[in-house]
Amino acid sequence: MDYIIILIAAVFVNNIVLSQFLGICPFLGVSNKVSTSIGMSGAVLFVMTIATTVTYLLHNYILIPAGLDYLRTITFILVIAALVQMVEIILKKVSPPLYQALGVFLPLITTNCAVLGVAILALGLENGSLLKAVFFAFSNSIGFGLALIIFASIREYLELANIPEGLKGVPINLLVAGLLSLAFLGFTGLV
Amino acid sequence: MAKTIDQKQNFLKGIVKENPVFVMLLGMCPTLGVTSSAFNGLGMGVATLFVLLMSNTVVSLVKARIPGKVRIPAFIIIIASFVTIVEMVLEAYVPFLYEQLGIFIPLIVVNCLILGRAEAFASKNDLKSSVLDALGMGLGFVIALTALGAVREILGNGSLFDLKFVSEDANTFILFILPPGAFIALAYLAVLFNKLTVKTI
Repeated sequence: MDYIIILIAAVFVNNIVLSQFLGICPFLGVSNKVSTSIGMSGAVLFVMTIATTVTYLLHNYILIPAGLDYLRTITFILVIAALVQMVEIILKKVSPPLYQALGVFLPLITTNCAVLGVAILALGLENGSLLKAVFFAFSNSIGFGLALIIFASIREYLELANIPEGLKGVPINLLVAGLLSLAFLGFTGLV
Repeated sequence: MAKTIDQKQNFLKGIVKENPVFVMLLGMCPTLGVTSSAFNGLGMGVATLFVLLMSNTVVSLVKARIPGKVRIPAFIIIIASFVTIVEMVLEAYVPFLYEQLGIFIPLIVVNCLILGRAEAFASKNDLKSSVLDALGMGLGFVIALTALGAVREILGNGSLFDLKFVSEDANTFILFILPPGAFIALAYLAVLFNKLTVKTI
């Protein structure tokens, strides 16, 4: 039951992009086509889940016992950067088709604040355990993917729409994101 | 003489022509996430300005000693060190702000603005230009965040820097304090900014 609540809360109620504002850069940057947004979501799902597993273990079994809690930010970002490189190398060897699909997005993920953000948020879960933290990361990446793919679908239609001169480009995208966020606000109180 | 004009341009470009938020769309996460009031926006802006200034300074000083292949990880460590300093200072001296900004303080590390300036500017230019570049870009960021925070606070709460100017039970646009308001307010501020800068140039 706990896990269902985590999933619903992460995907709908506290959507990582639309209500917590993490991962806005890729959200605005790679959302002009549905196909690229699916690739990006896949890459984020992959990296976020692995990164949270590693950082959670690192934090609870190395940093805390050693009293180095204040090094959290530095170690996490290094672990994520190294991990992204490693995932890239392994994918290239093990599964070329998957690498073809996700390859271009992997380097971008290092500076995706959603990955670091979720890794930090996962430490603060109630009655936290490794399994819960990993599931939390997984749910959040699903939420990220959902928001990204919906947004990309809307943007594909926007290309054909007749938009007022001043709103063209960035502002209209922000407005669409705002309306989408408003829609997700409707899920408040669900959990 | 030409040199001084160049430096002035270098400083001003971050505030107007290449404003990190309105023009270049860098550092959007903290921009949208913490600006529910003008004070939070200002606090976040100043914290980012500090980290940007220090990282640009250090990167510019050590750029010749960093091998090209590992420069990005090296920059990230430099940035992360200063973010940790900011985190500890805020926690010790401004706990109220530390709580308000929450997760967005460690996330200054992944603010693309800072890494972007380190990579695109400080690693190629001398100390003086890098410091001015950081000050200009940082101020542009502070202005943008404070403006967005002020607009959201005025519309959503009827106050500015916690000074209320409508009665307690007045109806305000609560939407602007909530997440959707961040996107919508920023969209219209970007329109306004484009309009103003096009006219002045």
